[in-house]
Amino acid sequence: MQAQTLQKIEALFEKYPQKRGALLPAIYLVQAEKGHVDSDAARELAELFELQPVDVWEVLTFYNMFYTAPQGRHHVYVCTNLPCSLRGARSLLKGIESHLGVHCGQTTADGRITLGHEECLGSCGTAPMMRVDGEYVENLDLVEAKRVIDGLD
Amino acid sequence: MIIVPYVTGYLSEHYADDDFRTLSAYKAKGGFEGLKKALAMEPEEVVEIMKSAGLRGRGGAGFNAGMKWSFMPKDTDRPKVLVCNGDESEPGSFKDRLIMERGPLQILEGILIAAWAVGASKAFIYIRGEYKEPIRCLEAAVKELYGARLCGENVMGKKGFNIDIVVHSGAGAYICGEETGLLESLEGKKGQPRKKPPFPAQFGAFGLPTTVNNIETFAHAPYILDRGVDWFRGFGTEKSPGTTLYGVSGHVERPGLFELPLGTPLREVIGHAGGVRGGRRLKGVIPGGMSMPILTPNDIDVPMADEFLSERGTHLGTGGVMVMDETTCMVRVACVVSYFFRDESCGQCTQCREGTGWINKICERIEQGRGTQQDMKLLEDVPAMMEGQTICAFADAAAWPIQGLMRHFRDDFEAHIREHKCPYPESFEL
Repeated sequence: MQAQTLQKIEALFEKYPQKRGALLPAIYLVQAEKGHVDSDAARELAELFELQPVDVWEVLTFYNMFYTAPQGRHHVYVCTNLPCSLRGARSLLKGIESHLGVHCGQTTADGRITLGHEECLGSCGTAPMMRVDGEYVENLDLVEAKRVIDGLD
Repeated sequence: MIIVPYVTGYLSEHYADDDFRTLSAYKAKGGFEGLKKALAMEPEEVVEIMKSAGLRGRGGAGFNAGMKWSFMPKDTDRPKVLVCNGDESEPGSFKDRLIMERGPLQILEGILIAAWAVGASKAFIYIRGEYKEPIRCLEAAVKELYGARLCGENVMGKKGFNIDIVVHSGAGAYICGEETGLLESLEGKKGQPRKKPPFPAQFGAFGLPTTVNNIETFAHAPYILDRGVDWFRGFGTEKSPGTTLYGVSGHVERPGLFELPLGTPLREVIGHAGGVRGGRRLKGVIPGGMSMPILTPNDIDVPMADEFLSERGTHLGTGGVMVMDETTCMVRVACVVSYFFRDESCGQCTQCREGTGWINKICERIEQGRGTQQDMKLLEDVPAMMEGQTICAFADAAAWPIQGLMRHFRDDFEAHIREHKCPYPESFEL
């Protein structure tokens, strides 16, 4: 972990009555460094938080937004829960799958995009939608989705 | 970008105005008058006002918010904690996102009022990790409050009224919307709900006395304090006063959020969304987020408040109204619903961990035309074995919608089994 990340994590401790409260935000900071948190990084975090490595690992693997393996440069997630599905999200996802030549859950061969689906993202009034690198793209159709995806480096 | 409602009430009146998120504009519209009035009273009086206002928690369970505040221990030296639940993840619910993005200071004023009332010195706003923009809005608003000495030490010059506010990001887990799952997550652990008792008021975040309220619940509080109980009770029904933001999604012409008094008839709520798309006929409506059992067209005039919905075997939940037209295959709906609960079960209790998986498998088998009559029996038995048997209400939430679909749309399931295929070629794709 970089010195700067460590500094940021240590600054978080005082916000919580117990140090461990800062674990989720700390994982985000470590993940921001290289896109995922591997077992070495988890051990480092465990030491910093005075926890067992398994305590960190079980947290890492419990939450959808933490990654323990390398990811594509960009994340594209399509919401497939009911309000979005009723408005064509599954067809949209299939269109994106064939456009990128990968199945949901996979990363393109050039490492550019990881495609996934997600459960309800609170965008039911602007469905269907996708989340691209964390930002919402709403009221989508396949033409617009392809345009956004093709614009990613 | 979230769409701002065009049917507004006191809560969303100024949501079209970007500046409403800044302290100066918020104050110009009457912001912080509620807090001012609260601080002129004894904390117990504030709790009493909230109790008699009858504001029901807007996170799904509908418990009287003032009553919840009154559970906080009074004679204790332990620091007390407030938690604002912004983990909105109930499928079909998107109102809290709107409030966070358009009215963050309403939430914060509500938190300050609650902090005064219960004597809390620390507040955490737990927001689901995917809600990047809401997190940015709340962080900016909190920063402005600190700058204006509206939080921190001696708030509004009131000696000894100290409150720190921390915005905390979740990391993607539906179960963290359950209040004790949220507390575990806030402590840096897996979000697995706790056994109760002890309740959060005795043993909450980091073991400290804690009150957890939903985003919208806090946002109503300033208006109650500023304008009074009688004014607040002028909206809604006797048992469910006030307005709420109904979120209408699915097969309607104009999905969106509409602020209406509680008890507004379902027909009118859907009418604001332009009615069923393309002049098609209505088939079913989930009235309060995906955990709540479905209604049929026979229920179209039901007043949308929990006391009326519970008579029809369902609940208001979070007010997320999902509309399905006549093309909809209800077995596909069951597949989507059961997949969600299978995916989100925290795995702690056997009935839930195993039951959610089985329900999903059976529903998918039926949809693919491979179902048998025995599956129909299983779809009755498995939800019944989950309901009321687990640490938290997640298993109920997983069982209820399936029971509702089986109760009202049994014919859809039977037709799949009889014809060995899905009889709804025009239904939404799976």
